[in-house]
Amino acid sequence: MIEFDPNDLLAILPELVLLGATCVILLVDLFLKPSRRVITHTLSLAALALTSVFVWKGALPAGKGIAAFNGMFLHDGISVILKQFILLTSALAFIYGRNYLRERRLLAGEFYLLVLFATIGMMLLVSAGSLITAYLGLELLALSSYALVALNRESQLSAEAAIKYFVLGALASGLLLYGMSLLYGATGTLDLAGIHGSIGNVAHANLLAVGLVFVVVGVAFKLGAAPFHMWLPDVYHGAPTAVTIFIGSAPKLAAFGLAYRLFEGALGGFGEQWSIMLAVLAVASLAVGNLFAIVQSNLKRMLAYSTISHVGFLLLGFVGSSPAGYAAAAFYAISYVLTAVVAFGMIAVLARAGFEAEEIDDFKGLNQRSPWYAGIMAIAMFSLAGVPPLFGFFAKLLVLKAAIDAGFLWLAIVAIVFAIIGLYYYLRVVKVMYFDAAADAARLPLPADLPLRWVISLNGLALVALGFLWGPLYDWCNLAFGV
Amino acid sequence: MADWPLLSVLIWLPIAGSVAVLACGRRAGTARWLTLLLALATFLLSIPLWLHYDAARGGMQFVESHPWIDALRVFYALGVDGIAVALIVLTTFTSVLVIIGAWGSVDTRVSQYMAMMLLLEGMLIGVFAATDALLFYVFFEAMLIPMFILIGIWGGPRRVYATLKFFIYTFLGSIFMLVGLIYLHMKTGEFSMAAFAQATLGSREQFWLFFAFLIAFAIKVPMWPVHTWLPDAHVEAPTGGSVVLAAIMLKVGGYGFIRFSLPITPDASQEYAWVVIAMSLVAVVYIGYVALVQDDMKKLIAYSSIAHMAFVTLGIFIALALVRVHDNPDAARLGMQGAMVQMISHGFVSGAMFSCIGVLYDRLHSRMIRDYGGVANSMPWFAALFVLFAMANCGLPGTSGFVGEFMVVLATFQDNSWVAAVAAFTLIIGAAYTLWLVKRVIFGEVTNPKVAEFDDLDMREWIVLGSFAAAVLFFGIYPKPLTDLMETSVQQLVSALLIAKA
Repeated sequence: MIEFDPNDLLAILPELVLLGATCVILLVDLFLKPSRRVITHTLSLAALALTSVFVWKGALPAGKGIAAFNGMFLHDGISVILKQFILLTSALAFIYGRNYLRERRLLAGEFYLLVLFATIGMMLLVSAGSLITAYLGLELLALSSYALVALNRESQLSAEAAIKYFVLGALASGLLLYGMSLLYGATGTLDLAGIHGSIGNVAHANLLAVGLVFVVVGVAFKLGAAPFHMWLPDVYHGAPTAVTIFIGSAPKLAAFGLAYRLFEGALGGFGEQWSIMLAVLAVASLAVGNLFAIVQSNLKRMLAYSTISHVGFLLLGFVGSSPAGYAAAAFYAISYVLTAVVAFGMIAVLARAGFEAEEIDDFKGLNQRSPWYAGIMAIAMFSLAGVPPLFGFFAKLLVLKAAIDAGFLWLAIVAIVFAIIGLYYYLRVVKVMYFDAAADAARLPLPADLPLRWVISLNGLALVALGFLWGPLYDWCNLAFGV
Repeated sequence: MADWPLLSVLIWLPIAGSVAVLACGRRAGTARWLTLLLALATFLLSIPLWLHYDAARGGMQFVESHPWIDALRVFYALGVDGIAVALIVLTTFTSVLVIIGAWGSVDTRVSQYMAMMLLLEGMLIGVFAATDALLFYVFFEAMLIPMFILIGIWGGPRRVYATLKFFIYTFLGSIFMLVGLIYLHMKTGEFSMAAFAQATLGSREQFWLFFAFLIAFAIKVPMWPVHTWLPDAHVEAPTGGSVVLAAIMLKVGGYGFIRFSLPITPDASQEYAWVVIAMSLVAVVYIGYVALVQDDMKKLIAYSSIAHMAFVTLGIFIALALVRVHDNPDAARLGMQGAMVQMISHGFVSGAMFSCIGVLYDRLHSRMIRDYGGVANSMPWFAALFVLFAMANCGLPGTSGFVGEFMVVLATFQDNSWVAAVAAFTLIIGAAYTLWLVKRVIFGEVTNPKVAEFDDLDMREWIVLGSFAAAVLFFGIYPKPLTDLMETSVQQLVSALLIAKA
């Protein structure tokens, strides 16, 4: 007998608000002429802002958590912090991508709706309290993303990327689902906390171990950790830049949430087993990401490989299976998405109708053409490379510390060796912008979109400011994970 | 004075100023004057630091400490001892001269150049003033960014190669130190250098930490065999970049040894002092010979910098051996004091030498020795100053170059006369490459007709080279203010070395 407590609705109020708003936008957009798409844009941003307010208002006191709907849905500090940044980066994707899509006549209502549905999926995902909700959230995110990648129907590249994404994504979902079914078979429950509780007295420990392997593979696919990263460069490259901005940012936070819920929430007692698996994945991701990024000439592909290497760093936080490590990994994920949106966003800033600006050489001499945007991009690159005093350095510091505290000194050393290799390709972008002569000396025509200019500038400066004032964010992460 | 955060002002005035200078955009004149004003203000503010530092008391003064990241017990903690004061004043002094020197020779993207110089100045002061290891590390790494840009935009033909090599090489060294610092944080629970120095560390831990620090600082100094980035960086850097690099940035390496290696891993430092001493001797002799065969003036001075900085590392680690093995703290003080004086003196001398080459380069746009010859005929005043700096570079008594090297050799003699004999070899080899350079560039027949048309120093160049000359002579004849400033601090440093940790 399933009981229903009306108070549970309060826990999912933000999701309900966003869902309701999305349905309203869906209807409103039907009646809008393409020239009035700005209304959809504004409404979508307003919906995200409103949801953010509800997430904020609904936040529980530190250390408290609610398991609503019989444990299906968790509402705690972790879900609040991740949701806030998911909403923020989704909003940034709207702002950065609008001009790009408009110039290519791709600014359809579908873009907004699919992103909003994906956002609902991510919010559900990071609040997942059972294998079912985790899977539902994941699929809502994934299906919306497949469609987003194919947004430009006339581009073969996009179509290829979307098919590849769909096939590999479906495979990953299948693996994850199979792993989940094994977990269910071994423990007899879908509830994450229930699995956690019964892990010590399972009759078929081997079954559980096999299930764990499948879950790790599935999560690694979704995170984009090597050797399960094959889809990532093609998808980032093939998708329209506006979509890449979105796919490259917020879903990383959701994937972190998924990893946390499954590994710590359900399989915490198995930490010794999965932490070594994650360590191997981390090393592979660092190696593949950094080494392959060096040879890329396309900036989107380069950033895709850089994402893989950053996933490797993120996993350093997991190996200790301690709250402090998770807090460091969450900090890393937040720092990464806030930096990555700037890097991807700059491609959209430079792109013009009929010109993609996605080759690294397209950034040649940017400092002569527009010192301001060259500076913003340089900040993003140095932050991704982990050079102090920028935000990205402190994120690296925290995950390295987490790995060293957990006794994985060797892993930290491997990570820094690859960080040195990774430095080269970030510096190459700075080199192209600052040291090479511009192909044409004309000043960069600024994008007509004022919010784009302002917000990306603020976003870039925030990377500097957060390099000094990262304490409060770190405290917030620590509070959420109960350090 | 005590309640006025002088160190913070010294750090943040140039850094904040660099933003204002950047905002000047294409108004080059405004950018130049604003930068000069800011650099002068910083220099003037650094004088009270020297005057009000109580040298007799020693220790950390002008202390500021504010919590930065509570969760990790990271502090925004600043403080200076006599050594740091000397280095900070060297930084502010050199920065003013570099900015005056760039007045006419940098004419593209002036505001960016000036802003990078100010940024670099602020970060260098930050490195010397930080007493929290994380803060130190942040400044230590952050200063790579402006230098990277300086070499890359305003450098010579192979600037991209040189600047990438510089950045990646130095980053490689320091990131190993970062792991060491995180490890120490795990042991002590904070990032304060004082707490690190008091941590109990086993010999295995000290071994790894010592080599982590050694990589970081040996690359920065740079020591043989990890010096190869320096000649490239120097050759391609614009004059101002070379001056800052040689005069100040290399000193960060030497400073790191006395702040990190010695106090935190004294036992490992003692055990592996021979490694550092051997590397220093190789640098003195081998790099000296390498300098001899260079046909590029900047490269020659770059190699001579490596050879001279070897005296800094030699002095520091000889002092360690003297105090711990021979129980001879007086000689140890002499060695340490010599190393510190050598750092300051090399700052003036190498800065002056690179400025001289910049003066020549502005006229002929060549750094090749063979393109010159007989410069004395057309530029007598320049020739006089160049010869003075060359003498200081050889370590002639009466110039600042003599004081430090003499003290280090003297101290070394008390440890091991063979080591001292090899080190003293510098007097011959240093004289050989420097004087031969002078002979080929300054004296002799004028073979290149363009050289005959050179104008002698203008006002701006006079200010730069004259100031360097005054400093070189003053500290050569009367080093007492400098040694007094550092005396107690050096003594405290040496007596701290006696404490074994393992």
